[in-house]
Amino acid sequence: MAGTDPIHQFRITELFSFGSVGSEGDGTGGFHLVFTNSALFMVLTVVLIAGYLILSTRGRGLVPSRLQLVSEMAYEFVANMVRNSAGTEGMRFFPFVFTLFTFVLMANMFGMFPYFFAVTSHLIITAALALLVMAIVITYGIYRNGLGFLKLFVPSGIPGPVLLLVVPIEILSFLSRPVSLSLRLFGNILAGHIVLKVFAGFVVSLTGLGLIGTLGAILPLGMTIALTGLEFLVAALQAFVFTILTCVYINDAIHPGH
Amino acid sequence: MARTPLANTPLASPLLDPLAPHGILIAQAETGTAPAGEHVVTVDAQGNPVEATQLTNEMDQAIGVAETHGESGTFPPFDSSTYGAQLFWLAVTFGLLYILMSRIALPRIGEILEVRRDRIEGDLAEAERLKQMTDQAIATYEEELAEARAKAHAIADETRSKIKADMDEKRRKVEADLSRQVAEAEERITATKSEALANVDKIAAETAVALVSKLSGKVTLRDAKTAVRSVLKE
Repeated sequence: MAGTDPIHQFRITELFSFGSVGSEGDGTGGFHLVFTNSALFMVLTVVLIAGYLILSTRGRGLVPSRLQLVSEMAYEFVANMVRNSAGTEGMRFFPFVFTLFTFVLMANMFGMFPYFFAVTSHLIITAALALLVMAIVITYGIYRNGLGFLKLFVPSGIPGPVLLLVVPIEILSFLSRPVSLSLRLFGNILAGHIVLKVFAGFVVSLTGLGLIGTLGAILPLGMTIALTGLEFLVAALQAFVFTILTCVYINDAIHPGH
Repeated sequence: MARTPLANTPLASPLLDPLAPHGILIAQAETGTAPAGEHVVTVDAQGNPVEATQLTNEMDQAIGVAETHGESGTFPPFDSSTYGAQLFWLAVTFGLLYILMSRIALPRIGEILEVRRDRIEGDLAEAERLKQMTDQAIATYEEELAEARAKAHAIADETRSKIKADMDEKRRKVEADLSRQVAEAEERITATKSEALANVDKIAAETAVALVSKLSGKVTLRDAKTAVRSVLKE
């Protein structure tokens, strides 16, 4: 049943196709470029963020308007986050971190609208973002520190024999970072949406059973309302967590010695 | 790339349609245990025997529908056929957002904040400068006030001493005038006195003449004078 199927909301649907690139005549192989609901909401996310930030700051008011104030607050919020966890040198990654934060936050928030698609409920998206973060961390870490970047795995002040134990743990924890980073966001959004849909589905199913069912639907309805509030919190919190961890990892790239 | 299944699913499906044929058929397809084509007699929900061929027909239909749903058995986030498109659009949109942020939005907001910070600092410096100017003006004012007060004192002193000198002068003049007049008066008195004294002699002589002549006869005025003079000499 499409109506109450909690998984249906994550389905990628093709909105229109740009045709195939380098494919065989029968449409197999090559790259078949389609514009999907996921792509639509990524585009909407970008349009909303960029449109808002650019239009609201158009006046460049010395005394900010209310709209401009929101942009400035977002700017200072992320700037403080980067500065506090990665120092002044980390500010060179500020545009990236800001893009990441606003993108994830808005994608999460878009997912909260009924019938809208939650871009971040797909592991491939969160994994791609997490791997991008790790790629930046590793590239910059090696570019800046050379082999000194490997000190990341060798905490200072630890006697030799213990290092034999600690270094593998450090390497393992480093390797698990992209996994935890991507799974955390993906899992939170996915699970939240499924739970929300299941409870909302109960409401619909129960009301279909007549008067008693309708009365019984009050409980899941209350849960749905409460969960909606919780999911808004989760949407904002997970965007924040994703970003703050990115800042922490960037800090590791700048200062590999603990 | 699963094109057909993607195309088959509407973006927004009806919220609840429990009798939707798709749903039922999928459910049957998933739960049905009888392999297609095998002749089995089963019972339907009401317990009536159902011809296996009929069931298989339904199942064929079910499988057909399930197939048009594509890999609907796979969980959508793990449907690798969608990865390419998702990654492509993520790269495009995220890249675009990064460019828009790093080139336009963030420098602009940063500039706004910096201009404001500069302005505030400038205003504070200006206020500080004005305050210093005020302090300086107050100091100058007080200095000039003290000076003026001192000058006023000096002028007052000078005037006072001038007036005093003037008065002294006048008093001296008046005193000199008075003492001169006193001297003159004394002189006059002395003169009058000596004149009077002289007259006293004459009067005394005349009186004596008159007395003597009344008492003893004639006496000359000259004798009388001589006599008075001798008496006075004694």
